[in-house]
Amino acid sequence: MIVVVGVTIITFLLTRLLPGGVARAILGSRASPVEIAQFNHDNGLDLAIWQQYLVYINQLVHGNLGFSYRLNESVAGLLSDHLPKTIILLGISTLVALAIAVPLGVMQAVRRNKIEDYSLTTLTFVLYSMPPFWIALILIKWFAINLNMLPPQGPQGPISTYLDPVEASALVLPVMALALVTIALFSRYMRSSMLDNLVQDYVRTARAKGVSTAGVLYKHVLRNALIPIVTLLGLSLPGIFGGALITEAVFNYPGMGLLFWDSAQTRDYPVLLGVTIVVALATVVGNLLADFFYAVVDPRVRITE
Amino acid sequence: MSVRAPVSGLDTLHPHAPVQVEGGEARIGGSAWKLAAYVFLENRLAVAGLVVVVVMFLFCFAGPLVWRVDLVHTDIANLTQPPGSGHPLGTDIVGKDVLGQLMVGGQTSLEIGITAAILATTFGVLWGAIAGFAGGWLDGLMMRIVDSLLAIPTLFLLLVLAAMFVTSVPMLIVIVALVAWLVPARLIRGETLSLRTREYVDAVRVMGGSGARIVLRHIIPNTIGTIMVNATFQVADAILLVAALSYLGLGVPPPATNWGDMLSDGVAYTYAGYWWLIYPAGIAIVVTVVAFNLIGDAMRDAFEVRLQKR
Repeated sequence: MIVVVGVTIITFLLTRLLPGGVARAILGSRASPVEIAQFNHDNGLDLAIWQQYLVYINQLVHGNLGFSYRLNESVAGLLSDHLPKTIILLGISTLVALAIAVPLGVMQAVRRNKIEDYSLTTLTFVLYSMPPFWIALILIKWFAINLNMLPPQGPQGPISTYLDPVEASALVLPVMALALVTIALFSRYMRSSMLDNLVQDYVRTARAKGVSTAGVLYKHVLRNALIPIVTLLGLSLPGIFGGALITEAVFNYPGMGLLFWDSAQTRDYPVLLGVTIVVALATVVGNLLADFFYAVVDPRVRITE
Repeated sequence: MSVRAPVSGLDTLHPHAPVQVEGGEARIGGSAWKLAAYVFLENRLAVAGLVVVVVMFLFCFAGPLVWRVDLVHTDIANLTQPPGSGHPLGTDIVGKDVLGQLMVGGQTSLEIGITAAILATTFGVLWGAIAGFAGGWLDGLMMRIVDSLLAIPTLFLLLVLAAMFVTSVPMLIVIVALVAWLVPARLIRGETLSLRTREYVDAVRVMGGSGARIVLRHIIPNTIGTIMVNATFQVADAILLVAALSYLGLGVPPPATNWGDMLSDGVAYTYAGYWWLIYPAGIAIVVTVVAFNLIGDAMRDAFEVRLQKR
């Protein structure tokens, strides 16, 4: 909760840090002092700084995130167009990443120090060190240009058209680009989490009771090893949002990240700050949810508290 | 970007490296630093990483002395030439030599990465050590500031800052450092919390040492392992961040360039099949970042051993 207040203070201070002030950013560099004074008065910018903050908070609480003077649309309205698309992209790619990374991590842990483990470790390490936009670029080059299999840009229509085969195929490359980076991260964690659990006493007990290797692995170890992944999902939210920003920019996918990037290029501050605060709130909520689910899946957390 | 994958499994990539040397202490002798250095050098991947970084530095800083090309003027007669004689890596969209650009661009990328990492680590370490040592409401206030800033995804904060302030190389360094100091601050604060209860801190206090002396001369030097490991990862992260920022069009203005800038130029021409605009800079980034990550990883192992053997 304190963090939420902190985030609002930071975004508020960012608006007041604008070179030349808010009025100059909106009215342009040719505005006369009289116009600026009028604008400041109209928008309550001549009040004391703490009064301005209270006004800002009041507006935020009422869902007013500001108004884009460049796009002539409210930031909340823009977000309601763009945010769902980002959520879809993030949701699909995270699911894909989990579906691939978890078996990979399990395999690496089981085949530890064998050739599979080495090659996958190297691969994920390199993937992890790649700039996300470069991965996206290479994917476009290979699959869209050289092989001519998939469209090089994301689906442009409304969400209701995403099931259309053409639009769905357009979604493949952005999802792949986002998932590849996340797979590298998740499978590393999955591997070490599996290894931690493989040496636990309960594994020996289960083996001693005659449970088969596969039984121990999937019924006992895997379920316990998945627990830290829940926390990891929450913690990696900022990174995933950053990845979405880059992926959307590369694939021209009209989500929140692309909106943010366009606004950064045109210096559309109300949109920038509105999106920032929404993303930050989403991160805080995501972390809270991760903590909550952690307690649900791991009873030990509840007992020690 | 605040989550770092554990890569310790990499030590298994070279089965012959002695992870635990029997009686190693007797053989090495000397200080704990020597031991850390020994473990580090035993790790072949880390040495490879170090070699790569040194070679990359030579390539970027000494390379232009050998490979002399005009990187200021456009050369309309030679736009986007494929690799061939005269231009081993071809020319870019305004006819500049890609190999030369790669060297000069690398200078900017490395400079920004390393300076930003040093700046961010210094500030973060001081912030974390002071917060942890002071405790109470000051600690609470300082760490809530860190938490709030950490809640805003790095790239978003970075883009807002970059959009607000005119970008030049020093400004870029400051902006990257501004978002990067949070993780070391948190790490060092955690360590300080346990270090400040140690006997030697009490001893200093009994001898009349001030709080500043305890923090600067005793607590921070004892966290040096964490600091150096984190600083190395910071360099890798900073290079990636600057590349992303430049790619998104908020990098340094031309004729200055960096690897990210070169890629962003290449993107517009992906369809034309100018692969030499995409691969060299991208591979340079990946190789450098992998090298720094390997070094950081090995240092983590080395310092852990140092702590174990003490």
